Amino acid sequence: MQVATFLAYLLSAALFIFGIRRLKTPETARSGNTLAALGMLIAVVATLFVIEFRGLLEIGLAMIVGSVIGAVSAQRVQMTSMPQMVAAYNGVGGGAAALIALSEFYHLSEVGELGVVGGVTVPLTVLIGSVSFAGSVVAFSKLQEIAFEGAVSFPLQQVVNALLFVGILVLAANAFVDGALLPFLSPVASVVAVMAASLLLGILLVIPIGGADMPIVISLLNAGTGLAAAASGFVLDNYILIIAGTIVGASGTILTRLMSGALGRPLGKIIFAGIAAAAGGSREEGEERPVHDASAEEVGEYLKEEAEKVIIVPGYGLAVAQAQGPMHELMEALEAAGKEVKFGIHPVAGRMPGHMNVLLTEVGIPYAKLYDLEDINPEFGDADAVIIVGANDVVNPVANDPDQSTPISGMPILEVEQAKKVIFVKRSLSPGFAGVDNPLFYDEEKTMMLFSDAKQGLQEMVSAVKST
Amino acid sequence: MTELLAQLAVLILAAFLGFELISRVPNLLHTPLMSATNAIHGIILVGGMITLAADGPLAIKAVGFLAVAFGALNVVGGFWVTNRMLGMFRPPIKRVKKRREG
Repeated sequence: MQVATFLAYLLSAALFIFGIRRLKTPETARSGNTLAALGMLIAVVATLFVIEFRGLLEIGLAMIVGSVIGAVSAQRVQMTSMPQMVAAYNGVGGGAAALIALSEFYHLSEVGELGVVGGVTVPLTVLIGSVSFAGSVVAFSKLQEIAFEGAVSFPLQQVVNALLFVGILVLAANAFVDGALLPFLSPVASVVAVMAASLLLGILLVIPIGGADMPIVISLLNAGTGLAAAASGFVLDNYILIIAGTIVGASGTILTRLMSGALGRPLGKIIFAGIAAAAGGSREEGEERPVHDASAEEVGEYLKEEAEKVIIVPGYGLAVAQAQGPMHELMEALEAAGKEVKFGIHPVAGRMPGHMNVLLTEVGIPYAKLYDLEDINPEFGDADAVIIVGANDVVNPVANDPDQSTPISGMPILEVEQAKKVIFVKRSLSPGFAGVDNPLFYDEEKTMMLFSDAKQGLQEMVSAVKST
Repeated sequence: MTELLAQLAVLILAAFLGFELISRVPNLLHTPLMSATNAIHGIILVGGMITLAADGPLAIKAVGFLAVAFGALNVVGGFWVTNRMLGMFRPPIKRVKKRREG
């Protein structure tokens, strides 16, 4: 490789690293993203020299098609739909890796330069890339509520997946030994078959995973596409692909582990079991227990008269009801009345890590008021009121009870029960996604239940706080 | 062989770098972070360019074309949407100023 292009690749790798580093604080994050984009531009220009400006027409056309679709979709997407958008971009990246490996397999075997490295890395890239593509498509349609909603399972799932994987290994071996294993399949056809089988595997792996575990799946698929890019770097002898792909692969793995830790579920269980089957544990049916059914006026009066410090815990129900705006108004109304307001954000609030933070800053709530679980938990003790909107599982004290075995047991929660008053804004008493009843609902002393749609309930609370 | 070993060395070092880089990002920024790293794996676009530049039958060219289009979508969409998201994380002081102006 030419020295100049190699150095340009190094520069772009440095810009990626520096860019990610600047994502550490909100003040520097945007410039970090710009730096990473600049790194990408440098890598693309350097690659033009690597390919000596051949095939510019096709490349230019393809780039225009992809860029236009990318720009338009990125500009139009709603912030609530961010998880599916990331899944979509992730999917096409994985698909690109698989296609590149297929195309390179043809080129390499034409000139007889496949070798052991190519024989291993081509099928590997096709496998990871295709699984990432198909998995992302399924994740997208689950999140967009097009198809495969909830957890879809079928008998012998594991066995089918294992057989598919063995089939992929056989096909890959057949491609490597020039079709000697399965004489009816040419090497290139074998690689195509590897791709088809991997796509199917990707679908089967993600289909059984339920909605609440989607953040983890997206994070994992993100890491997968990074690894596919890195593997393609070995196929193409290209350092920038190896470096950038590996960094993303590693970072995605870390994020995935953080997420599964926040959900209190080992990663293996999510991927191989399909959680929803285990849900619905300790729910006691048919039992009517009294609750303190409060009106918005009652809640507003308490907040105004007796609360000094208020912590708000938003959940995904807030975003579903599009109630971020009224949430902001409530914050302003309370602050105008001289109250201290903070937000406690659970790591899995929303549909991907940090999603709730984006949704709240979008409506103008300053990010300095958004607190992580570890930072807000010590503060509940001296809070006069906690307002929980559209969340349940992440504040359910059952998760901390060692005597109970539920789907959420072991999940770190926001310890709202330590506050003086707990106010739930909820449509009904139905338990949350995990199907575990919350004993806090029935604490008539401490808890006020405001049965309402999140948006309407918050608006009513705002006017109750404002009225004198 | 030496080339392959050098590549493996780079792979291992980049993996550790990736772990270190991410471990220090606060939850607050995890969505933009994921979106930005998502854009960075759009580097696969470079691979698409290399494979599309080589001669081959129409079918292989079509495969390469799709790869480049996918890669470009990943890159442009990823960086663009991350930029949009981070535009909302404005420092508190600026926000107050803006409200007063409006």
